[in-house]
Amino acid sequence: MKILVIGVNHKTADVEVREKLAFNGEKLSKGIAGLCALKNINEVVLLSTCNRVELYASVDNTETAINRIKVFLSEFHAIPLESFESSLYVLCGTEAVRHILRVASSLDSMVLGEPQILGQLKDAFSTALKEKSSGILLNKLMKKAISTAKRTRTETKIAENAVSISFAAVELAKKIFNDLSGMSVMLLGAGEMAELAARHLLNCGVKNVIVANRTYETGCRLAEEFCGKPVRFEEFKSEMLFSDIVICSTGAPAYVLNRDDMHTIMKERRQKPVFLIDISVPRNIDPDINKLENIYLYDVDDLQEVVNTNMTERQKEADLAGEIVEEEVESFMRWISSLKAVPAIISLRQKAEMIRSEEFSRLRNRLKSVSDEDMQAIEYMAAAITNKLIHAPMVALKDDCEDRQEMIALIKKLYALNGDHDDKK
Amino acid sequence: MTTLLFELALTFYFAAAIVSLSELFRESKGASKMMFAFAFAGFALHTVGVAARYISTGQIPITSMHEASSFFAWCVMLVFLIISRKYKIGIMASFTMPVIFLLMLSASIMPREATPLSPTLKSYWLAIHTLLAFLGNAAFAVAFGAGIMYLIQDANLKSKRLNGIFQRLPSVQTLDDMNYRLISAGFPLLTLAIITGALWAESAWGSYWRWDPKEVWSLIAWLIYAIVIHVRLVAGWRGKKAAMLSILGFLVLLFTFFGVNYFHNTLHRFP
Repeated sequence: MKILVIGVNHKTADVEVREKLAFNGEKLSKGIAGLCALKNINEVVLLSTCNRVELYASVDNTETAINRIKVFLSEFHAIPLESFESSLYVLCGTEAVRHILRVASSLDSMVLGEPQILGQLKDAFSTALKEKSSGILLNKLMKKAISTAKRTRTETKIAENAVSISFAAVELAKKIFNDLSGMSVMLLGAGEMAELAARHLLNCGVKNVIVANRTYETGCRLAEEFCGKPVRFEEFKSEMLFSDIVICSTGAPAYVLNRDDMHTIMKERRQKPVFLIDISVPRNIDPDINKLENIYLYDVDDLQEVVNTNMTERQKEADLAGEIVEEEVESFMRWISSLKAVPAIISLRQKAEMIRSEEFSRLRNRLKSVSDEDMQAIEYMAAAITNKLIHAPMVALKDDCEDRQEMIALIKKLYALNGDHDDKK
Repeated sequence: MTTLLFELALTFYFAAAIVSLSELFRESKGASKMMFAFAFAGFALHTVGVAARYISTGQIPITSMHEASSFFAWCVMLVFLIISRKYKIGIMASFTMPVIFLLMLSASIMPREATPLSPTLKSYWLAIHTLLAFLGNAAFAVAFGAGIMYLIQDANLKSKRLNGIFQRLPSVQTLDDMNYRLISAGFPLLTLAIITGALWAESAWGSYWRWDPKEVWSLIAWLIYAIVIHVRLVAGWRGKKAAMLSILGFLVLLFTFFGVNYFHNTLHRFP
């Protein structure tokens, strides 16, 4: 039994290819069923996200399985094999295990360290469990992948520091105010990014939202969404007295807020700190305002710069996470190799059991006069002897050592265990 | 005995200061724990040392430059430990521990023998006046650290340099808040120290205020802190201006403490 990964991701295939190969909706369970029906393929987990379509399988013969799966993909999605074959990557054994663990830990993601992939992998696994397409090998592997991902997340900083502009704004707010829960945020103009940032801030405990939009009605709708207060655009300056965070994206051709305005506002605010975020291009807030005390003004480039720095940080952490993955790959491969001893252990135990029961029934036929009680004692002794005799070789088989293969062969030879039990398994 | 305790405390403070400075460059939970272990050990030994000196001489141990510096360091340590408990800002140690160590170091280079007090100074006013002054100054010392942290964090935010120490420093609002609270605690103590000093001066030397250099410099420091509190209450001044004034105020206090003895003839001179 070998572990196999076949798939495409955002690095190897364009979105046109990925979407053709995607297993979404009903296709997922049909795909799993189809794959399980293929000969030689024992277990299947199917991961299909917008950035990757990957198939994890445990197979008996890698070469034939790869070909069968390729043909299946082409037939299932009704696309010619040539159109996607060059984008496919195929990994077996240790390579496959490493890949799966890296995917789960978000080391293979487009945005390094992004958290969604773990959830998607968990979903893929639970679908496989529901379809009963996953067995002892892949179950263990999926659990390993999930625990590895959690380990990398807690032991490295791969998922720390914002890598989106809206999150970067929230992180900055936390370095300006000691507690976001009492803060008010004002949306000056309604844009997608401004909305997103406001939503993150609300998640962090910001209570009051004020929306000032040129089209008052749009502003009202948005305010309602945030349980906030809409104000007329012309009045935003007086509302700034009560806003600690201002997210500006009006799309006006010139500055809507200049230094003198802000100076007056700060005086009236009694210098309470203000965080101004100007994500409009061209800028809507006079950059000179950043020179005033207790005001921190960030434009879209500044935030992008924060994001870039954080990405570099994550890149560094990725090396550490990679080391953790290597450790876990090694521990999984050890488990796999311990599986090799399982057939030998089973046949050894069966053989001992067979001898014991044969000898015991022969004895019972001969000793008619012995009482039931004594017979039980004899049976108990027979079991004890066989168990004790096979105990040491069993421990040796289970033991994790380098010459396990030789050990297995040796024990098979010593106890005259023929390979028929292996085949049954 | 007291010498040994002092030397041990000095050594532990030195270790704590070195570890705390290393935290400026690299974040490490282990280093922070080690810093506090050293600081606590030093503080415990220091406390025993101060107490032992008090018992052996029978007077509050602030009658020589050595004793005064050492006791000042002890007070700063006390305030620092209290503030650390409240704010839980690991990197704060990097801005206070070196100050504490330097105070101890300056104590170590001064003559250590205890000198008997002149009869005019033997009074319960001595303990009251100096304790108030030292505790007030200790609060200002930690405020000085908070002020420096504020200026660094403010500069980071303004110039958009957002890695390294930026990540480890708390928000500017927290630092400003901490600075203000410490000044609000130190100011009444300093005020009372000046008042009790005046009362004592009246009973010992016959007049409340003699424009002694130490008195003048204390008054300057008092005025600086008064300005910080006043303009904050009246005009909401805070942040950078408050931090800079708080740093200036402490420098004036340091001069009051050390400098006045060397440059001026003063009645507050240590024997």
